[in-house]
Amino acid sequence: MARATLIALLALLALVCASLLAGVAGLDARALLTSGEGWELIRDSRLPRTLAALLTGAALAVAGQIMQLIAQNRFVEPMTAGTGQSAVLGILLTSVLLPGAALPVKMALAALTALAGSLGFFAITRRLPPTQPLLVPLVGLVYGGVIGAATAYAAFQADMLQYLEIWLGGEFSGTMRGRYELLWLAGLAALASYLVADQLSILGLGEAVSLNLGLNYRQVVLAGLVVIALVSGLTVVTVGMIPFVGLVVPNLVSRVAGDNLRRSLPVTALAGAALVLAADLAGRLLIHPFEIPAATVIGILGAAVFLWMLYGRGSHAA
Amino acid sequence: MIEIQSVSHRIGQAQILTDVSLRLERGGVIALAGPNGAGKSTLLSLIARLQPLQQGQIRVDDMQLGQCDDRALARKLAILPQQVNASSRLTVRDLVGFGRYPHHRGRPTAGDRARVEAALAQFDLGPLADRQLETLSGGQRQRAFVAMSYVQDTDFLLLDEPLNNLDLAAARSLMAQLRQLADDQGRTVVIVLHDINYATAYADRIVVLKGGRVVADGAPAETVTAAMLEQVFGTAAPVHSVGGRPVVLV
Ligand SMILES: Nc1ncnc2c1ncn2[C@@H]1O[C@H](COP(=O)(O)OP(=O)(O)OP(=O)(O)O)[C@@H](O)[C@H]1O
Ligand SMILES: [Mg+2]
Repeated sequence: MARATLIALLALLALVCASLLAGVAGLDARALLTSGEGWELIRDSRLPRTLAALLTGAALAVAGQIMQLIAQNRFVEPMTAGTGQSAVLGILLTSVLLPGAALPVKMALAALTALAGSLGFFAITRRLPPTQPLLVPLVGLVYGGVIGAATAYAAFQADMLQYLEIWLGGEFSGTMRGRYELLWLAGLAALASYLVADQLSILGLGEAVSLNLGLNYRQVVLAGLVVIALVSGLTVVTVGMIPFVGLVVPNLVSRVAGDNLRRSLPVTALAGAALVLAADLAGRLLIHPFEIPAATVIGILGAAVFLWMLYGRGSHAA
Repeated sequence: MIEIQSVSHRIGQAQILTDVSLRLERGGVIALAGPNGAGKSTLLSLIARLQPLQQGQIRVDDMQLGQCDDRALARKLAILPQQVNASSRLTVRDLVGFGRYPHHRGRPTAGDRARVEAALAQFDLGPLADRQLETLSGGQRQRAFVAMSYVQDTDFLLLDEPLNNLDLAAARSLMAQLRQLADDQGRTVVIVLHDINYATAYADRIVVLKGGRVVADGAPAETVTAAMLEQVFGTAAPVHSVGGRPVVLV
């Protein structure tokens, strides 16, 4: 376990270095580190971009883990179950109704609609038979699709379809100093969830066991939903939707590190950070000097891993 | 003492429990029996505040359900539900450890850990302690959950069909341990049993439910008769007396 963490940390460090050095402005490593211009580039663009990817990945993975525990289902995550779509709807409505609103206001409203969206998701899926675990993510996809369609219609009416694409397709090319800092809040929300790691682990054993152990079930669920909503709102506002991180990372980590969040949650956060940074880096390098959005890279990768989880030896993972 | 006063419960249109009143004195093993769907699990879950009370009152010692502190109740009363989520990758030791959660609220002391290790040994879980739940057999998993309720160390222990999936040795050893808890430590164990013979062998009292009502209640020798089985279960099973206690021939 400790060795796995060490290896993961080293891999992450290598990714961070690569991410700081790679980019369109073709400076080699030495020029980058010795010239003042190079430092400026790192400070204003590469470092923010790297941090944004790390924070987004860690927060999304943790949010996915929390959602899976609340749903008692390993196949859900905020971005494929209506929460992310609700956040986009919130931003769109804010942009239309309060065009002059500051970014924090937009973010707060996005988080609120995300919260409403996930409450709706749980209200619907509560009634599903527990013997059919795959129904839950399926209903989530349909639910997210419906919200997405409503959002697209509203965007069309408001003549804002081009913005919609920015919020729907998460990527980091526009990340700069002064434009990503809200993501620290998402990271903080994820970090805060570690304080209630035990309660969250117990949540995964179901409502009856939670109540038996004297947990205030509703309160813990609500706290979890607030973290999910904050992370969804903040990431969608600053970088756009990135699917699958919250799905794939907790599943893979649980295989190695188990389900006791005190041990597994830090690994989940690290792995999520590494995945998103790696995807962003790959997107920057693959068709250089052009870029593939991180969400696209992860979408392809995540879909493949998800199918493997469903059909491969992970079929008992429900 | 658990005092149940005229509790009724409905789910939708269906009347699940009708005017159930029971006094469960402190100390002793009380078996809850009755046909499938009689309302045994519902009654237990109401006592353990897993569902809100609709009608009537339940008191656990001086605590009135619905008005008392959840955490305090979790140190007084533990329940093992009939259905528990088993697809977890928690280890057996972690699971049993969570049984101490009401006492340490996330900061286990050396004493808590010692308790957990003792329970692992007591329920023959030592060799399985580091295995994940989803890799265990049904009976091994059941033992882990029983150990978790046990280690919660409460005056009242409610167990809903804990003998499910247990082999003969594990079932007898569990019943003997519950007997010991009642005799040596004055704990109250309320246990749902389908095998009447376990009830007559280990319980002080048998409460029989049918259709949401209490239809028989008393010491095993008085309650378990061929007539009762005929009336409650609608099956003609002969009852013999072996060594002074009734045994149902199946
Ligand atoms: N969620 C529900 N919706 C509708 N009916 C329910 C629900 N839960 C329980 N019931 C009904 O309530 C009645 C009592 O159920 P309960 O689980 O208490 O029975 P039980 O005595 O524990 O049975 P068993 O021996 O099979 O465990 C049953 O008829 C059952 O069908
Ligand atoms: Mg039952």
